[in-house]
Amino acid sequence: MSQLNNFTKGFIKENPVFVLLLGMCPTLGVTTSAVNGLGMGLATTFVLVMSNLAISLVANLIPDKVRIPGFIIIIASFVTMVDMSMAAYLPSLHESLGLFIPLIVVNCIVLGRAESYASKNKAMPSIIDGLGMGLGFAFALTLLGGTRELLGSGKFFNFAIFDEGYGMLIFVLAPGAFLALGYIIAIINKLRKA
Amino acid sequence: MAKKLESTFRNMVLVLFVVTLVASTAVGFINEFTKGPIAEAKQNKKLQAIKYVVPTFDNNPNADMYKVETADGGTLELYPAKKDGVLVGTAVKTYTKKGFSGIFWIMVGFNPDGSINNYSVLEHKETPGLGSKMEEWFRGEGKQSIIKKNPSATKFIVSKDGGDIDAITAATISSRAFLDAVQRAHNAYMKGLK
Amino acid sequence: MEYIIIIISAIFVNNIVLSQFLGICPFLGVSKKVSTAVGMTGAVTFVMVLATIVTYLIQKFVLDPFDIGFMQTITFILVIASLVQMVEIMLKKVSPSLYQALGVFLPLITTNCAVLGVAIMVIQKNYNLMESVVFSAATAIGFGLALVLFAGLREHLDLVKIPKGMQGTPIALITAGLLAMAFMGFAGIV
Repeated sequence: MSQLNNFTKGFIKENPVFVLLLGMCPTLGVTTSAVNGLGMGLATTFVLVMSNLAISLVANLIPDKVRIPGFIIIIASFVTMVDMSMAAYLPSLHESLGLFIPLIVVNCIVLGRAESYASKNKAMPSIIDGLGMGLGFAFALTLLGGTRELLGSGKFFNFAIFDEGYGMLIFVLAPGAFLALGYIIAIINKLRKA
Repeated sequence: MAKKLESTFRNMVLVLFVVTLVASTAVGFINEFTKGPIAEAKQNKKLQAIKYVVPTFDNNPNADMYKVETADGGTLELYPAKKDGVLVGTAVKTYTKKGFSGIFWIMVGFNPDGSINNYSVLEHKETPGLGSKMEEWFRGEGKQSIIKKNPSATKFIVSKDGGDIDAITAATISSRAFLDAVQRAHNAYMKGLK
Repeated sequence: MEYIIIIISAIFVNNIVLSQFLGICPFLGVSKKVSTAVGMTGAVTFVMVLATIVTYLIQKFVLDPFDIGFMQTITFILVIASLVQMVEIMLKKVSPSLYQALGVFLPLITTNCAVLGVAIMVIQKNYNLMESVVFSAATAIGFGLALVLFAGLREHLDLVKIPKGMQGTPIALITAGLLAMAFMGFAGIV
């Protein structure tokens, strides 16, 4: 497929969260605000791009039977690097995202793309695939985070849009994540069928 | 595409070993690089919290930190703030295990006489919109405020339980826990003075 | 007494799926039938408890003493991946029917955030070995509870008319949200 297609498929047609239903744990877990969603999305994008690149370069050197452990080690190293860099330079975001940063290593999107795309394609397309999927993921997370933040506390990216007292608290709590995502996917399904 | 490396036992072990070696080296390298900034970020965070709760000082509270053991077997860190060598306040990093969602930490700033100068909630997992209100509530007006009050003179228990401080509406458990933490800090401070 | 608190907290109050959002992929993917949900829970429990023990020992005897804490993510996930391989091989021999039923979801236990999540959590919470074992076992039970309840609900949903746009994932998520709301009722018990 053309490289432009390769890049944009991650946003709508094959959006990892809304269409492929991958990477659910961080999607529900860190989207209490738009900033958190965006932060997690970008961190994951970095890991996706780097691991896609690395794996596309060394895929042929890794024997088939150990390819999963091999990929995992590579992905885990990039995750650790992101974890350390965030702790050093973005401490408050690091604190808000907490446990979910190391959990990027088990984000099905990362391993999934490595297995189904990067191991079978050259470096450049793999980078673009990683970028597209990662940014699509970031887009989904920011959308969900922004929705929950707005409905739950009246803020958007920490700007107060309306008074906190009018917010529906449930949306920043656990059940709200499920509800918000469910409705968003329902709307997207409707749009896709139209 | 070039042919994949065969899955012989020797190849598998060798490749995994090399991958792990490269990965660990890369991660170790980044670790050395970020160790400093991470430690600095942690110290900074503490310093910010201390600055917020005690009057202006010119010493290094982190360097002058001393510890006091609590009655229930824990240890608290006390940070004296001095100006021109005279004690102007002491910040105490205290905790409570009785939070609605478990343990949480607050920094309480005491004036030299044991009355409260200010406080700052450090880490907590209390319910957003309910228990989380403690971040500001106890600075409010009248009976809900703890500012300038001294636990030696006022009863730092919620009014519902016969004390002198008004709890957060609909968040009694968090309020009780909060006051428990403040009381613990005060006890440690008074103990440390002796 | 502490153990009772850990158990009740892990199963109900801080249920790993419904309030901590770990283990969502299998939660949404394997919960269409109660029988597969039960089988999955068994496999996850085994891996989770074993993984927690091994990663705990590695943390205390290798990572901490040599000050290579930053290797945590890499070593932990490798331990989990190997354990899942072992379970796969064992299950193939011992219960081929369950192996078939779980299908592709078995290797996916490796990417089950709940397993890695629990391994990291017990280190962060500073539990000792016994507390870690209890916590991981209780968490697995909580995972199973959420899974089985959800599967039961979904089996019923299959018999009801759902508006076209909500069919499939959306209604599943809404149902999960309601289930999460119900579990919020446990808050404050411990």
